[in-house]
Parts: sequence; C-alpha cells; structure tokens
Amino acid sequence: MNARIRVALALVLAGTFNVSIARADDLAALRAELDGLKTEYASRVQALEARIQQLEAQAAAPAQPLTPGSGGSAGGTGTAFNPAMSVILAGTYAHLSQDPATYRIAGFIPSGPDVGPGDRSFNLGESEITLAANVDPYFYANLTASVTADDRIAVEEAYFRTTHLSNGFTIKGGRFFSGIGYLNDIHAHAWDFVDQPLAYQAFLAGQLAEDGLQAKWLAPTDVFLELGIETGNGDRFPGTRRAGNGPNGGAVFVHLGDDIGDSASWRAGVSYLDRDAEARAYADVEAGGAPVINAFTGTSRIWVVDTTFKWAPHGNPTEHLLKLQAEYLHRTEDGALLFDSTGAALNSDYRSVQSGWYVQGVYGFRPRWRTGLRYDYLDSGSARIGLVTDGGVAASNFPLLANASPKRITWMLDWSPSEFSRLRGQFAWNDARANARDRQLLLQYLYSIGAHGAHKF
Amino acid sequence: MLYRFARIVSVVLCLAVAAPAGAALKVLATTPDWAALATELGGERVNVYAATNPFQDVHRVEAKPSLVARARSADLVFATGAELEVGWLPVLIQESGNAHIQPGSPGYFEAAAQLRLLEVPSSVDRSMGDVHPQGNPHVQLDPHNIATVALALTSRLSTLDPAGAAYYQARSVEFQAKWQQALARWDSRAAPLKGVTVVVIHKDQVYLCHWLGLREVAAIEPKPGVPPSAGYLAELVTKLTAAPPRIILRNAYNDPKAVEWLSGKVNVPVVMLPFSVGGTPEAKDLVGLFDDTLNRLLAAVK
Repeated sequence: MNARIRVALALVLAGTFNVSIARADDLAALRAELDGLKTEYASRVQALEARIQQLEAQAAAPAQPLTPGSGGSAGGTGTAFNPAMSVILAGTYAHLSQDPATYRIAGFIPSGPDVGPGDRSFNLGESEITLAANVDPYFYANLTASVTADDRIAVEEAYFRTTHLSNGFTIKGGRFFSGIGYLNDIHAHAWDFVDQPLAYQAFLAGQLAEDGLQAKWLAPTDVFLELGIETGNGDRFPGTRRAGNGPNGGAVFVHLGDDIGDSASWRAGVSYLDRDAEARAYADVEAGGAPVINAFTGTSRIWVVDTTFKWAPHGNPTEHLLKLQAEYLHRTEDGALLFDSTGAALNSDYRSVQSGWYVQGVYGFRPRWRTGLRYDYLDSGSARIGLVTDGGVAASNFPLLANASPKRITWMLDWSPSEFSRLRGQFAWNDARANARDRQLLLQYLYSIGAHGAHKF
Repeated sequence: MLYRFARIVSVVLCLAVAAPAGAALKVLATTPDWAALATELGGERVNVYAATNPFQDVHRVEAKPSLVARARSADLVFATGAELEVGWLPVLIQESGNAHIQPGSPGYFEAAAQLRLLEVPSSVDRSMGDVHPQGNPHVQLDPHNIATVALALTSRLSTLDPAGAAYYQARSVEFQAKWQQALARWDSRAAPLKGVTVVVIHKDQVYLCHWLGLREVAAIEPKPGVPPSAGYLAELVTKLTAAPPRIILRNAYNDPKAVEWLSGKVNVPVVMLPFSVGGTPEAKDLVGLFDDTLNRLLAAVK
C-alpha cells in the first residue's frame, strides 16, 4: 500500500516537475513527509472507527440521542420536495328574509355578481385547493384554485414570489390578492365572519385580485414597517381591462405594526388604489320600469385605512383572545356615465365621492369558542350626473345611484373542534337594500385537510 | 433636485446594506430555551430575540408584525423544527424578504434535526390529533438533547461568523464542561424519580419522562391538541382512582383548571413545571430550568 502510494506520487511528480532536477535528499524528505502523513491518517482512522463504534452503540440503545452533527439535514422541516397540498371545504345553510336575487347595495354601482348573501337553503361553498412549494433556491410558487358549486374552476391565486432577494425585498407576480387594506389578502376560510364587510363588497367586489406584479420592502427596523407597490391589468372591479398595452393603474400601501407588551400587538396601514375603467357596465331600471344598461368610463381612486389589534393573555390564545379591527374605505370616481347604452345611449360627465367603514370585534371566551360582532356603514354621498344636473334625464332614472346609507349589524358564534375544523353561525340585520331589511341566518362549516397552513397576522 | 434625491436614496441604500458589518449576529430563537442556549454560546457576539415567552403554546403563535420585522434582520433563525412552529414560522420567513434565513440556508437551524426524536408515528392521520410526522418536537426537556444541540449550534455560529469561531469554540467548551457537571448532579438527584407514575396534559413532557424514567400513565388530552370531553374525563377519573398516579404534571403555560379539577377528584397532587426558561422565577436560565424542574418534582414525591 505504502509502496504503491510512493510510486504513484513519484509518477505524479515526474509528470509535474522535471525529475532530473529533483535531488536525492528531496526524495528522502518527501518520503519522511509521507510516512508522517500515513501515521497521522492511521490515527485519524482509528479515532473515526472508535466514533463509529460509539455511534453504533448509541443507535442500538434508542434511549440515547444521536451524536451532534451526524443527524438531520441543514434544511429540516421547511424543505419538502413535493408541493405542500391543502384543501379547504366550505358550505353554508342560508335562511334569508329577502329574496337574494334582489340584493343590491343601495346608492352604489353594483360591483359584480359575487357580492351578496348567496342562495337560500343549503349551499356548497367554494372548495379551495392549494399547491405550494419552493421552485428552486430563488423562487416560491403557489396555486390556489377554487371549485365553485356550479362546477366552475377559478384561479383564485397563482403567483411566484422571490425568496432569494435580501434587504427586505420581495417580488411577487402572477395573480394574487392585492396587499391593500387588512382583509383583502386574507383567504375566505380565514375570515372571522361568513361574508366580507359591505365596504369591501361595494368598493372591491369582495376582494381585489391583481394580475400583475407586486414589490414589497420591509424596513430594517424592530418596528414592522412595510412598503408595497403593485400594478396589473386592472381587469377586476373597480377597473376594467383596457385596450392598450401597459398596466392599468396600481396600488401603493404602507403597513406599520408592533407589540404592546407580551399580550397585545397591532398593525395599521394606509393604502391607495388607482384604476381606470372603460365602459364598466351595470344594470339598473329606468323610471318607466324598463331595464337599462349603464356604463361608467373614468378613474376610480380608493383610499383604505386599516387597523387591527389582537390581545391574548401572554400571547397565548388557547383560553381567551380578543381581536379588534376596523377599516375605512373612501372612493372617488371621476369620468363619464353612459345612460342606457343599448338604447338612448346618452353620455355625460359623472363624479361620485363615497365612503364606508366597518368595525368588528371577535372574542374567544373559552377554549375553541369565539363570538364576534360587526357593524358596517356605507355613505353613498350624492353622485353628480351631468344628464341629471342639466335636466336632460330625471334622477329617478338612476334608482341605484339615489342617496343611501346602507348598514348592517352581524353577530357570529363559532366553534372549532380542532385547528382544522370550524362550525359557525351568523345572524345579520342587513339594511343594504334601500327599503327592506334582510334578516340573514347563515350556518357555515369549514374543513381543512392536507398541509398545515400558516396564517398571516 | 433629482440629483440630490438620487444621492440621498443611494446613501440610505448603502447604509441599509452595509450596516451589519461588525455588528453582532442577530439570532431569532423561536422559544426562550433556544434563546437562552444561543446566548450561552454566542455571548456578546450575538444579539438574541425570543419569538415567544414561556407562557405561550408554541403550537399557537401569531405571525405578529413584530416577529416579521425581527425575521427581516435576523442572521440566524433558531427553531425547534419537526413542524412545531409550522403554523407561524413559515409566514415570518416568507414575509421577511431575507434570503439568509430561508430553509436550507446556513441561517436556518432546527434543533430537532440534530436529534433522534421520540414518538415518531408509523402512520399519520389527523384523526390521531395534532401529531407531528417527524416525531415529538418538545425536545428541550431532556438536558442531553441540549448538549447535542449546543454542539451543532456552535459549528453553525462559526459558519455564520467565522471571525468568532475561536470565541464560540471557547464558550462551547466552557458550556459543555458546565453542562456535564450539571448532568451528573441532575442524574444523581433524579434517582428517586425513576418509575414514578405521572399524568400529563399534552404529550409535551415525553422527553422529560424519558430522561428521568417517569412513567406516563395517562394524558388529559385524549389525543394531542384535542381537549378532553366530559366523558373522557369521567373515564380518566375512574381509571386513576383505581390506580392513582403519584403526581399530575402541568406546564407553566397550561391553564390550571383541568388539572386542578382532576387533582381534586383523584386526590393526587399537581406539580407545576416551568417547561421553558422563564416559566418560573427560579428557571432563569437553562441550568435553572432543570434545577427547578427537579426541585419541584422531588418535593412532590418526597
């Protein structure tokens, strides 16, 4: 063995240096060095063998933990090869005193068909399927698809996100829930009530998804300070897809948050959304009772102010918890309104300044049980419609835009047998319609299977 | 004007990027125990922040804004692993915008990954409760585990802060010597606890029982994370009245109601254990945690 090494080494040396230059005493020195190395390695091998024996002995006795450094990957549990998969099942039973087909938020241009209490009786909710994993060392990807009760599959979110940028930067792209406000990027199964606040329904059609890009920067401070900017094609309410290249407006938001002692923490934010709409159509009924389609073209600007406060004794929510949140939304729409687009097609300028807010509290009064109360208020303001002010068309031809202040009080009680299941009852006195109170009883189940989800604050 | 603005921006960016040079290594530890260990080994070269306090249930922690902010600046996340923090730590890491602490990076360290875990289930199903597929993650209550994790952490600190390698090595040697001495003391003191029968609340004292030879005869949670029903408790009372255990264990973070009710029914004393550094006034540091745990157990079986 030793001799072979020497021969091999000599050959290598011969290839590397000119052998004729190497003197005999050099070779002797080399030999001595090699012998030294050999004994050193022999002792190291002995030490390693001893360690292996020791390890084997420990492995045989399951009582002893492994020797440090030998076990476990550097990654640990945060690194799985296959995407984490989770499925959320939801469903409701609804008892409504008013026909849900007539549901309108009075004084506001309807934001879309998904707003409202849904159908009466038993309803299958949206089944949500999420697949998520790191793509490579640089990106993370997430797909959340929802299967609706009428057998449609919708892409709720499908985005990539950077994991390798540093200094607090994260870039997200694809389809994602906008970072504006507090509730907007929270998935339906994590809401504290069955439905969204009226202000979200009226201004954002429930929840604003963006097909575009988002950049966020987190300040290097002990206080949480996050700045975000995003842009996209703007095809969701209050915008519409535009004909041209380029993005349709965008949003900026700032979030600030910290702890108050061991037990409480808070987050507050201000967001601004700017969107263009081209021929954003909605159905109304003209004074004579005939249905008309009107369309808005212009700019929609929304401000959102949000605050959230959570409390639990020492931050342990097992026995008791309190969550208070409030958001204020303010929208200005400026542009033109086309009256009866399929008939008379009268165009004129249009401007509305509208606002709405909600405040809600959820209290965990004993393990697994929570109850909550929410109050919603909207102020339609008075829309300025050119056709009406110059006397061309009577205001009664725009019944949906008549001044109104929709309100709602909602009470909820939920029971979560485990982290993965929740049963909820909710009763609302809903005055969203101009002249008819809707008493809404909703019973809901939520089940989560698959990967253990992690929830945002 | 634009030029001035650009200069201000570039100065701010340079400050933000260059600030960590020479500063202490920032460690975000998920529990007070790991925070204590990181402080023992890192000394003044580290700046340690504990994400939770001893009265929190580490399964149920909010991904609070303050924690996201700490994750953003952290050089090292020191977690338990084995999915103990699965409900919140991934959010912190995802929201942090910090490449250094992503799982798989040197800045992400899991204690459980250094250890052989107990109670590794042969099959996993949520009907079994909140079981962890990789095994029971509550590893910190066996001091032998602490010694093992300490060795791995020392080499990790040296990787992240090579200039401090000698310093960490010296502190590690000092810590291991102190720990071996303490282990000898604890092992000899713990002799009377061998075979003592106990009732636990959650399966989070497994490593303690294993180390001390305590015999767990029942758990108040019928399945991990599942609170007991009235029927189950009645069964438990019948079972425990027939064969009473010596003590009922409760952790500082547990609500005392259930154990005290059971204690009154079966006439067995409750022993409150710190569970984490800071869980009792005496458990000031890691040595104190085990000293106090033993003191309380020994006082109860006397």
